[in-house]
Amino acid sequence: MTPVTPNSLASAPPAVIALGPVAWAKKNLFSDWFNSVLTVVIVTIFGLGLFRLTNWAFTTAQWEVIPRNFHLFMVGTFPARFYARIWALFALICGLAGLSWGVLGRNVSTLFSRNVLIGLGGVCAFIVLFPPTRPSALILLPLVALVAGMAAVGRQVSRKVPGMGQWISLSWFLSYFVGLWLIGGGLGLTPVSTNDWGGLLLTLFTAVSGIALCFPLGLLLALGRRSHLPLVRWLSTAYIELVRGVPLVAFLFMGQVMIPLFLPVGARPDRVLRAIIALALFSAAYLAENVRAGLQAVPRGQQEAAMSLGLNTPLTLSLIILPQALKIAIPAIVGQFISLFQDTTLLAVVGLAELLGTGRSVLANPAFLGRFAEVYLFLGVIYWFFCYAMSLGSRKIEEKLNTDHR
Amino acid sequence: MNSDSSGESFAQKLKTLLRDERFWQVAFQVITLGIVLLLAAFFVGNLNRNLAQQGRSFGFSFLFNPAGFSIGESLIRYRPNDPYWRALMVGLSNTLSLVAAGIVLTTVLGTAAGVASFSKNWLLYKLSRLYVGLVRNVPLLLQLFFWYFAIYGTLPRPESQISALGLVFLNNRGVYIPWAGSAVLALLGIGVTIFAAVMAVFLWQWRTKLRIETGTGGKNQLMGLIGLGVLWLAFVILALQWTFPSPVDGGGVTGGLRLTREYVAALSALVFYTSAFVAEIVRAGIQSVSRGQWEAARSLGFQSGLVMQLVVFPQALRVIIPPMNSEFMNLTKNTSLAFAIAFPEIYSVANTTYNQTGRPVEVFVVLMATYLVMCLIITLGMNQLNRAVQFKER
Repeated sequence: MTPVTPNSLASAPPAVIALGPVAWAKKNLFSDWFNSVLTVVIVTIFGLGLFRLTNWAFTTAQWEVIPRNFHLFMVGTFPARFYARIWALFALICGLAGLSWGVLGRNVSTLFSRNVLIGLGGVCAFIVLFPPTRPSALILLPLVALVAGMAAVGRQVSRKVPGMGQWISLSWFLSYFVGLWLIGGGLGLTPVSTNDWGGLLLTLFTAVSGIALCFPLGLLLALGRRSHLPLVRWLSTAYIELVRGVPLVAFLFMGQVMIPLFLPVGARPDRVLRAIIALALFSAAYLAENVRAGLQAVPRGQQEAAMSLGLNTPLTLSLIILPQALKIAIPAIVGQFISLFQDTTLLAVVGLAELLGTGRSVLANPAFLGRFAEVYLFLGVIYWFFCYAMSLGSRKIEEKLNTDHR
Repeated sequence: MNSDSSGESFAQKLKTLLRDERFWQVAFQVITLGIVLLLAAFFVGNLNRNLAQQGRSFGFSFLFNPAGFSIGESLIRYRPNDPYWRALMVGLSNTLSLVAAGIVLTTVLGTAAGVASFSKNWLLYKLSRLYVGLVRNVPLLLQLFFWYFAIYGTLPRPESQISALGLVFLNNRGVYIPWAGSAVLALLGIGVTIFAAVMAVFLWQWRTKLRIETGTGGKNQLMGLIGLGVLWLAFVILALQWTFPSPVDGGGVTGGLRLTREYVAALSALVFYTSAFVAEIVRAGIQSVSRGQWEAARSLGFQSGLVMQLVVFPQALRVIIPPMNSEFMNLTKNTSLAFAIAFPEIYSVANTTYNQTGRPVEVFVVLMATYLVMCLIITLGMNQLNRAVQFKER
C-alpha cells in the first residue's frame, strides 16, 4: 500500500474517465435541446464561413503579392546592397536568444526535449516550404542551427559560471546599440537615412525603443504618484491623467508637429525619433498606472520592516518594494508592451513606412490593386505572432518568478 | 576660538540638517518643482520664439473664421462657409454617434462573448476563446482597414446589392436600415426607450422588494410592467413614422437610414476589438464569484441559466464595472482612428483645421479638452452605476 499524503491528494488530478467520441459529443455538444440547437447553428454558420474562406484562399485569392514584396514587408526600402548588415543583426539576435535560452534552461534535464526538436524541425520545414523565405533558406537554416548551438553552449558555460545571467542582460542592452549602428550606419559604415528604414524592421525598432524609454519614465511617474510629497504627487497625477485623456493619434500627430515647436529654433529631431518620443511619453502614463497597481499590492509592513532595519527611502524602494511590485505587475506591464507594439501601426498614419505603412504603399501599387484581404491577413498573422509570443513569454516569466510556492 | 566653535556648530547643524528626513522632503519637492519650472520655461520660451518667427501668436479667435471645407457626413446642418467651431461641432457629433452606438453594441457583444466562455457547449466555449485570442493580438488600425477595404469594400455595387429580408440593404456605398421619419423623432424614440427602461428597472426592484417583504403580492407592479411594455411598443411602432429602405430600379436605395461605409466599418472594427477586452473582463468577473455561490444556488434547484442570471452575474458586476469604465474610455479615444478611413470625426476635422490654419497648439488644446470632457462624462456615469451595484453594508 502506498502512503497517501494530504498534499499529493490535493494536487492529484481527478481520475480521467475515457470518453469515446460519441459519448464526448453527447456530453459537450448535445447535452440538452438548447445545447443541440446551439451546436447546429454554430456548425452551420461557421462551417459555411470556413468553407467560403478556404474556397477564397485557394481559388480567388492572389497570394503572389506577398512573395513579390516580401523584402519590402521585412525591411522597407532599405538598400539591397546593405542587406548583409540586417543579416548580421539578425544573427546577433539569434545568437543572444540561443544563449539566453541555454542560460535560462540550465536546470532543465534535457534542453532539446522531443517537443523542442519537433518545434525546431517545424521551423526548418516552414523556412524551406514557405515561398517568401525559400530564397533565403541557405542563410536562415544556419541561423536556426546557431540558436540551437548557442543554447547548448550557454547551458554548459552557465553551469560552470554562475553569474552568467547579468552578462546576458548587459549584452542584450549593448546589442541594441550595435543594432542601431548596423541599421543606421556611421562609424565606418555607410549611413542609411531613416527614410529608408521600413517594414517589420522599423516596427520592431520603434517598439523596442519605445518600450526601453517608457519603462523608466513610467516607473518614476508611478513612484511620484504614490509619493507622500504633495507636490511630486500632484505633478505626476496631472501628467498621467492628461496624457491618458488624449487619443494616441492626436498625440503622435501633434508630436510630429509640436516637438520641433517646443525645441530651440532650428532643432528638428528626426521623424522616427519624434515618433518614438511621442510613443514613449504616451505609454509611460499607462505603464505608470500598471506599476502603481503593483506598488499598492505590496503590504505596508514590507516598507515598515525595511525602515526599521535602517534602510533609507531609495534603498527601501530599490531592494524591497520595487522587486515585489514589479513581479506583481508583470502581466499588466507586458500587456502594456503588447499594446505599445500594436500602437506602432499608428505611425503609418503619420507617414512612416512601418509594417502597416509598407502594406499600404504596396496596395497603392497599381500591380496589386484590390489585394486588400491578402495583404492585411498576412500582416495580421505577423502582428498576431509577435503579440502572442510576448504574452506567452510573460506567462513563462510569471511562472519562473512565482516564489509563493502555490 | 569663538569663530572656530561657531563654525563647528554650523557644521554640526548642517550634519543634523542633512540627516533630517523633513529637510530632504522639502528639498526634494523644491528641486522637482525647480526642474519642472525650468523645463516649462524652456519649452514655452522656445514655443514663443518659434511662433514669433512664423509671425503668429497664441489665441483662439481663428475658430470664428469661415472653415471653407466641406464635410462628408454630418448629423447637424453644416455648410462650408460656416466657422471652424461649427465644423468641429460636426466632427464632435459624428464622434458621439460612433461612441454611443459603440458602447451599446460592445456591452452586448462583449458580455455575450464573456458569458459564452462558461458555456457547457464545447463549440461555443472554444469559439469565444478563439475570438478573444485572435482579436486582442491584432492592432486595431489593421482591423479597421480590413473591415473598410476587405469586407465592406468588396460588397457588390448598388446595381447588384444584397438585401436581407427586404429590410436591410447592403452595397459598397454603405448599409441601409429602417429608421424613424425624422431626426427629432429618432431622438424622441431613443429618449422614450431610455426612460421606459429606467422605469421598468424601478418597477422590477419595487416588485422584488415587495415580494421579499410580504412573501406575496407584486401583482399590481407586474401589471404596471406589462402596461409599460405595451405603451412603449405602441409608441415605437406608431409614433415614429418608420421609413423603410426600398431598392430603386438600376441600383441604389431610397428611404430608411443610410449608414456610410466609413461609419459601419469604424463601428464594426471598434465593437469587435473592444468586445474582446470586455469579454475578458466579464470572464474574470464571473470567475471571481466563489464556487460556493454556484453550488448553493444549484442545490436550491436553480437551473444553470438562472444561476448565472440571478446569483452569479449580479455579484460579478461589482468586479466588472470598474474596468469596463476604462474600456469605454479606450473606445472613445479609439474612435479617433476612424480618421484613417476618412470618417469625419472630431480628430479628422481638427486635423484639417490645423492644416488650414497652421495652429497646432490651439487645435491640440481644443481636442484634448473635448476628449477629457467625454471621458469625464463616461466616468461619472460609470461611477453612478458602480455605486448602485456595490455591496450595501450597514
